[in-house]
Amino acid sequence: MSIWEYANPKKFMQTSSWALPWVTGLAVLTLLVGLVWGFFFTPDDFRQGSTVKIIYVHVPSAMMAINAWAMMLVTSLIWLIRRHHVSVLAAKAAAPIGMTMTLIALFTGAIWGQPMWGTWWAWDPRLTSFLILFLFYLGYIALWEAVEDPDTAADLTSVLCLVGSVFALLSRYAVLFWNQGLHQGASLSLDKEEHVADVFAWPLWVTMAGFVLLFVALVLLRTRTEIRARRLRALEARERMA
Amino acid sequence: MLLIVEDLAVARGGIALLEAVAFTLAPGQALILRGPNGIGKTTLLRAIAGLQPPLRGRVDLPADGAAYAGHADGLKATLTVAENLAFWARIYGQRDTAAAIAAMDLGALADRPAQNLSAGQKRRLGLARLLVTGRMLWLLDEPTVSLDAASVAMFAAAVRAHLAAGGAALMATHIDLGLAEAATLDLSPFRAKGPVTGPGGIADPFDAAFA
Amino acid sequence: MPALLLRDLRLATRAGGGFGLSLAFFLIVTVLVPFGVGPEGGTLGRIAPGILWVGALLSCLLSLDRIFALDREDGSLDLLATAPIPLEGVVAVKAAAHWLTTGLPLTLAAPVLGVLLNLPEAAFGWLALSLMLGTPALSMIGTFGAALTVGLKRGGLLLSLLVLPLYIPTLIFGAEAAKRGAEGLAAGTPHLMLAGITAGSVAILPFAAAAAIRVNLR
Repeated sequence: MSIWEYANPKKFMQTSSWALPWVTGLAVLTLLVGLVWGFFFTPDDFRQGSTVKIIYVHVPSAMMAINAWAMMLVTSLIWLIRRHHVSVLAAKAAAPIGMTMTLIALFTGAIWGQPMWGTWWAWDPRLTSFLILFLFYLGYIALWEAVEDPDTAADLTSVLCLVGSVFALLSRYAVLFWNQGLHQGASLSLDKEEHVADVFAWPLWVTMAGFVLLFVALVLLRTRTEIRARRLRALEARERMA
Repeated sequence: MLLIVEDLAVARGGIALLEAVAFTLAPGQALILRGPNGIGKTTLLRAIAGLQPPLRGRVDLPADGAAYAGHADGLKATLTVAENLAFWARIYGQRDTAAAIAAMDLGALADRPAQNLSAGQKRRLGLARLLVTGRMLWLLDEPTVSLDAASVAMFAAAVRAHLAAGGAALMATHIDLGLAEAATLDLSPFRAKGPVTGPGGIADPFDAAFA
Repeated sequence: MPALLLRDLRLATRAGGGFGLSLAFFLIVTVLVPFGVGPEGGTLGRIAPGILWVGALLSCLLSLDRIFALDREDGSLDLLATAPIPLEGVVAVKAAAHWLTTGLPLTLAAPVLGVLLNLPEAAFGWLALSLMLGTPALSMIGTFGAALTVGLKRGGLLLSLLVLPLYIPTLIFGAEAAKRGAEGLAAGTPHLMLAGITAGSVAILPFAAAAAIRVNLR
C-alpha cells in the first residue's frame, strides 16, 4: 500500500467519493464552531474593539493562500517527475481556491486596516506580498486556460509554478527590503512574544483547522471534476477519430 | 544501420495514430512513407527526429543525429540565400556551402534576400540546407511541395548522390520521385486500432478510472 | 552558437527587425510622464529613477514575443531543436541577443532620458549601473516567458501577464539601487542583489525555458 496508488484516477475517484462527504461535513462543523466561538464568545480587544474578530477569517485565509501555492508546487513537481495525471489536476484544481483565499485575505485585511490604520490599503510588505501572490495565481490560471492540449498545459504550468515559486520568494524578500511596514507580526507562533492572547488563539486554531478541511474538500471536489472533464475530452477525441 | 525503428507508436493531441511501426535503414537506402492524409506521417517523422516523445517503442539514430526538414524551411526573409545557408552550415559545424548552392542551382540567387524568392526557389534553398548539414540520415517531410518538374529531378539527383555517398533518407511524399532504388512503406496497416497504453498514453489511466 | 548570435543581431538590425522600436517606446513613455505628473522639477527628479526603471522594463517587455515566435513560424525553431547544439544554449544565446538589441540600448539611453526628467546629477552613474546589472535578468526572464507562450496563437498579452510578476524583484532592487545612489545612500546591497538575480536567472532559466520549448514543439 503506497501513496502512489492514489495517482491512479480510478483509485482516486473511489477513495475521494468516500472521503468527500466526511471531509466536507467535518469542515462545516469545524468552521461553524470556530467562527461562532470567535465571533460571539470572545471579548472585544481593549484597543481594537470588535474589529479584531475579522482575524478569524483573515488569518486562516492568508495561511491557506500560501499553503495552496505550496501544495501546487509539490503536486506540480510530482507531475514533472512521475507523470501522475491526478497530481497535476489537483494543482489545477487548487489554483482558483488559492486565488480566492488570497482575495479574501486582501479584502478582510482592507476592512480591518481601515479602522486600525485609517487606510484601506498601504504598501506594507505583507499586503504587497499577497498582492504579488495574487498576480502569480492569475498568471498560472491564465496559462492553464490558454493552452489547448491538456498535457502541454500541465507541463508548462508546472514549469511556471516551479519558476514562479522561486520568484515569489524573491519578491517577498525584495518587498521586505523595499518597505518596512505597518502590519503586526505573526498572529500565531509557538516561540515568539508577539502572540495573540489565549482567549483569541483557541478559536483561531479551530478556524484554521476548518479552513484546511475546507480547502481539502474543495480540492477533492474540483479534482474529481477535472478528472471527469479529462475523461470526457478523451471520449470526444476518440469519437471524432472513429 | 543508420536508423532502426522498433515497435514505434506515436500520438498527436492525445490520440494514438500509428502503432507497431518497425523498419530499418542501411547506408545507401531510401524509404518513402506513404499513406492517406492525417495517418501520421509528419508525427512519425517528428518522433524519429526527436521533436516529440513516442508513446512506445525505440528509435536508434547515429550518434550525431539526423537532419530534419519539415514543412517550413527555416529561412529568414531578410537574409540572403547565401547568408541563410551559411548560418545553417555553421550551426552544423560546416563551412562549405558552394557545393549545396551548385547542387540546387541557386548560384544566380545567392545574394537575393529570401523574401524575394518564389515558393519553389525557397523550397530549393530549404533542401540545400540539408546538403550543408553533413548528416548521413535525412528525415524529409513533403520535400517536393511547390517544386516544378525540373526541380524535382534536381532534388532526386541530390538524394541519389547522398545515397551513393553512404547516406540514407526517410521521406514522406505523395509524388513519384523517379528514385528506382527507394523502397516504399505504406503506413495504412499500422494505423492505431485503439488507445495505446503505456507511459505517456493519456487514455490508459483515464479509461481505467471509469471502467 | 556564435553563428546564432550573429544571425539574431543581423535580423534585429535589418529592415523590419524591430530594433529601435523599444528605444522609441522608452522615449515616448518618458516624455508622457511629465504630462501626467506635472512639470515641477523637484517631483520629477525624485521619481525619475523609478520612472526610468519602469519605462525600461515596459520597453523590454514589448519585444519579448519576437524572441521565439518568428523562429517558430518559419520552422527555424524545429530545426534548431534538432540541430547539434543544445536547446539550452539556443535559449541563452537568444536571451543574449535580446539583451544586446534591447537591454543594452535602453541602458545607454536611460541617462539621456534622465535629463528630461531632471534626474539628480549624482544618480546618472547609479542608474546606468543598476540598469546594466538588471536588464540581463529582464531579458532572460522574458525569454523564459516567451518560451512558455511560443505555442500560442495570440500569446502576447498572456506573455505580459506571466512575465510582469516575475519582473517584480528585479524592478524593486533595480529602482531601489538607482534611488539610493541618487540620494547618496549606501547602494551596495541592492546592486549586489540585482547582480545575484541576473546571475541566478542566467544560470537556471535557460533550462526551464528549453524544457518549455521542447513541450511546445511536440
